[in-house]
Order: sequence, then structure tokens, then C-alpha cells
Amino acid sequence: MQTDSDTQQRNAVRIRKDAAMNTSVTIAGVELKNPVMTASGTFGSGMEYGEFVDLNRLGAVVTKGVANVPWEGNPTPRVAEVYGGMLNAIGLQNPGIDVFMERDLPFLSQYDTKVIVNVCGKTVEDYIEVVEKLSDSSVDMLEINVSCPNVKEGAIAFGQKPEALYSITEEIKKHAKQPVIMKLSPNVTDIAEMAKVAEAAGADAISLINTITGMKIDIEKRRFVLANKTGGMSGPAIKPIAVRMVYQAAHAVSIPVIGMGGIATAEDAIEFLLAGASAVSVGAMNFVNPYATVEIVEGIESYMKRTGVSDVKELIGAVV
Amino acid sequence: MNKKKETAVVSGQRQIAEGIYDMWIKTNLAVAAKPGQFLMVYPRGAATLLPRPISICEVRHDENRLRIVYRVAGKGTAEFASYREGEPISVMGTLGNGFPLEDAAGKRVFLMGGGIGIPPMLGLAQALAESGQAESTDAAKESGQAESTDAAKESGQAAADSTDTKKTDGLTEPVSVHAVLGYRDSALFLKEEFERMANVVVATEDGSVGTKGNIMDAVRENTLTADVIYACGPMPMLRAVKQYASEAGIPAYISLEERMACGVGACLGCVCKTKQVDAHSHVKNARVCTEGPVFLAEDVEI
Repeated sequence: MQTDSDTQQRNAVRIRKDAAMNTSVTIAGVELKNPVMTASGTFGSGMEYGEFVDLNRLGAVVTKGVANVPWEGNPTPRVAEVYGGMLNAIGLQNPGIDVFMERDLPFLSQYDTKVIVNVCGKTVEDYIEVVEKLSDSSVDMLEINVSCPNVKEGAIAFGQKPEALYSITEEIKKHAKQPVIMKLSPNVTDIAEMAKVAEAAGADAISLINTITGMKIDIEKRRFVLANKTGGMSGPAIKPIAVRMVYQAAHAVSIPVIGMGGIATAEDAIEFLLAGASAVSVGAMNFVNPYATVEIVEGIESYMKRTGVSDVKELIGAVV
Repeated sequence: MNKKKETAVVSGQRQIAEGIYDMWIKTNLAVAAKPGQFLMVYPRGAATLLPRPISICEVRHDENRLRIVYRVAGKGTAEFASYREGEPISVMGTLGNGFPLEDAAGKRVFLMGGGIGIPPMLGLAQALAESGQAESTDAAKESGQAESTDAAKESGQAAADSTDTKKTDGLTEPVSVHAVLGYRDSALFLKEEFERMANVVVATEDGSVGTKGNIMDAVRENTLTADVIYACGPMPMLRAVKQYASEAGIPAYISLEERMACGVGACLGCVCKTKQVDAHSHVKNARVCTEGPVFLAEDVEI
């Protein structure tokens, strides 16, 4: 019997990183040991998957969205399977910033990885309260969620109109001590325009894509599968859309782009890097393969070795 | 690390009723598995990306084998049903909290299962039966050092009735175990196995065997009573169990089901409403996969 984690350990021994090989990337002055991070909402605050992977191996852990107060989230069913992916409508359930700082942040701080906190809110004031509470913490970067499609107030309402995106980005930048990543929605007409707006308002980086709004209907029961009717689609099926949007955004701005959307393997991650992403996030595929993140770190290293790439930064935006 | 995903091996599978399959899996996950816990089982195709949560029916710790009994409900479970002995099967486990066996000590116990909620109750029935044997043996050993074998036998028997002999580090056996099983029709899967370990009462929806109706109808018709309930089944059944337990003033441990994605507590997909603020979420939501799937009925809003 072969356990998947045993295979992973053997690979770790076999693929020794070359001394000459540089896998680090820098985003807004923060150096990550490699370009692999987790996508917000798929990795909790690291604790759950810490049982499967060594968090020290990751470039960064991006936390589940945190608001100023605890949020209940949406009714169930909150998740549904679709071809090549899934829909979710969790509704940003979270324990609030105070619990996060008391419990989750000390846990993450034990590891040699960067910590990026995803911040959500219903009003600009909600976001700022969280940003200010984190200002003296050990958190390395902030990712501002203006793109969750599953809550009625806040979130995506700030991310779909250029003027709203501009003003919340500008406002958060006034209060944030850490670099600010604006997480963009794919549910817009022109992603390049939104990327430019975020950059013009002072964002230090952008990340995309958040989930694509979708729907599933149970034809036997003749009702929506999700209690929220709509949900955000993620998983391998959305990857081509995400790669295209990352390419367009990366060509529209000069700030770093963090790419995500359906990444399952190192090959997928490398595609995003070539399209112009400076780092990548692994999301829904953590649910399918809890070892995915570290396998992707190792897969990028072996790709570099095989293709004679000594610095991962050579890959970023190499396909134009 | 307690939780692992691994490629295990199917060590046997047969169909035991229409749409119901009985599979044994050779896996290292058997080592720490407990009744009431579950596995995530991963289909192979892109059409079925997410794992399927399936309750553990039986554990053979010494043989590294787990048994799952499941209903084919869609593409994923239909794929599992096609697996033959020797084929690989991708599983993650062991997940969830499991049933608290210790609360059965010295009690009259109902094990209530409805439909595909029946299989996890079989593992619990076995564990309760074994706890009785373990208790008798332990008591005999302890007493045997100081007293005669007869006294040892007596103290072993007395253990079930007396709270004085209840040990803190072990289990004492229940006074009685009634398995109340609800089926659709006369396809009474697993019933004979329950009969080796418990008094079995059956209800069928079509009235073909036992009481016509549901498991609560069977309890009333047979005028059964209990001090503690363990239950797994469809939501209407669990609501009826919760109400019955509340009226009788007895605890009921119910195993809940919800749509899941990750199975390890990260995605927050499978929450249930709780009466009090949950310690992990800090809202009135508990994760079925992690805080559950077994909850005290009075603690959850169902």
C-alpha cells in the first residue's frame, strides 16, 4: 500500500533543489521563497491542511476572509459539484478579526512562510477596522476581497464598478501599513480596465481571478442546488478563463499580478507564470488533493531543472 | 498526523440490496478508525471532482481493513460500485468525531438507523458488544488476582448494572441494546449481522416486514424504552428522534449529513446550525465534518 504522503516524501528527497536554482519571487517588497500560495477560503487559516502538508514549504498562506465581526455565512447547501469544478456559496462565514488575531495568527506565525490576510467587509469602514487592527501585527500583506459573489452587501459591490473599486482601494491604502493586494472579480466586462483602476488607486498588487458566478438546478426536485441560488465556480474547468484574464491584467499594469483559478498541477501553475503572474494560488484543488500545494512547489522545481531555468522569475510573463 | 489521503485497495465488494453495495477496503486508515467516523472517497473522473463522504460501517483494526456500505446515488457512487477486488481506491480519513461509546455504559441503548443510515450503526453495535467483553475480561483479571474465579465472574456480570464498578479508563457494557432499523421494503440489508449483537426491531415503509411506518412507530408498537439513543438516518427521522429524546428526557446522539467539499474543516461548506455559539466558528454554526458528524441532538437546530 502506497500512501500519497509517502510518495511526496520520496519526491522531496529525490528532487533536491539545486544550489544555483532560485525559486523566490518578490511582491511589493515582500520576498516569497517560492511563488506558490493558497487561495483564500480554501485553506482555512492553515491549521486544517497543516495535517497534510508542511506549511514551511509554501511561499505564502492566504487566509479565509476575515471581517471586523463574526459572520454567519449563508444557509446550506453551500457547495455543489459541477463538471470539472464546483460551486460554492459559503457567504464569507468567519469568526471575526479578534478571534483571528488571538487564535489563527499565532498559529501561522510559527511557520517560515509569509502570511497574507484576506479582508472582507460590508462597508468601507468594516474593511478599515480590520486593516487597522492588523497594522501592528506580523502579517506580511493584506488581500482585499472586493470580489466575493456570494454576499449581498459589500465584497463584489466594490469590485464590479471602476469608481467603487478606485475609492475603496484609495481609502484602504490610507490606513494600511502592509502592502495591499486587491483581489479582482472575473465577473466584469473588462478585466484590464479594473486592473488599471486598482493600480491607479495605489494598489501594490492585484490577484485574480475570484470565482465566476454560476448556478445549478436539480431537475428532479426542480429547485436550485445551492440555498443561495447562485455560487462562485472554481476548479480546473475555469482555468483557461483565468489564464486569459491574468494575461490581460498583467499586460495592463506594472504592479505584480497573483494568478489563480483552477490550478491543479505544477504545469497549470507554470502556465499562469508564463502568462504574467508573479505568484500563483491553489484553491479548490486542495479539496481534491490535500497535498497539491507542496506537489506544485516540487513540480515547478523539476520543470526548472528539466528546462534549464535557474531563476523562476525568468518564467514570469515569458510568453507574450 | 491523524488524517491521510492514500491509494488503498478494494479487498472485496458485493451488492447486498438494490442499489446498496458492501465494500471492504485494505487501508492503513483502519488503525485509528472509530464507529461513527467517515471516509472521503475520491472518484476518478473530471465530471466528479469532489470526494464523497461515506460512513464507516465496520473496522478490523488487526487486518487493516475498513468496510463501507453505501447507496448508489449518483455518478461517483456508481463508479465505486464498479470497483472489483484488487482495484485501487483513493480515500482520505479518518474523519469526524464518531459516537461517544462511554455514554452507553450501564444504559439501555437504542441504535436507530434509517435507510443508508443503518451501516454506521453496525460498527457501533460491534463496539458496544466488544466493550462488554473487554469489561468482563478486565474485571475478571483484576478480581482474579485477589479472589476466586467465581467472584471474578460475578463482578464481571455486576459491572453492567452497577455504576460503582464503572471504570474511568475503560468502558462498561450497556444493559441492553435494541437496534431499531427502518427500511423501505423487505430488502433488510445488514439485519442478520445486527441480530448477533443486539435485539433487532424492524420498521418498513411498505409494511412488508415488522412495523409499517418509521422507526418511531416501531418503538411505540413494541413499547420499548431506552436511556440513551444513537441514530443515523434521513433528516425527518432525526427530527423525530430529537423530539422523542427531548420528551423522554434522554440524550440522543445523531449523525448528520451535509454536502461537503473538503471534509477536513477548511471550506466551511457543511455547517449545521447550533444552539450555542460554536467554539471554532464563533457563530452558531458547527462543521459537520469536523465538530460532527455526531452531535447531541439538543445542541443542534435541525
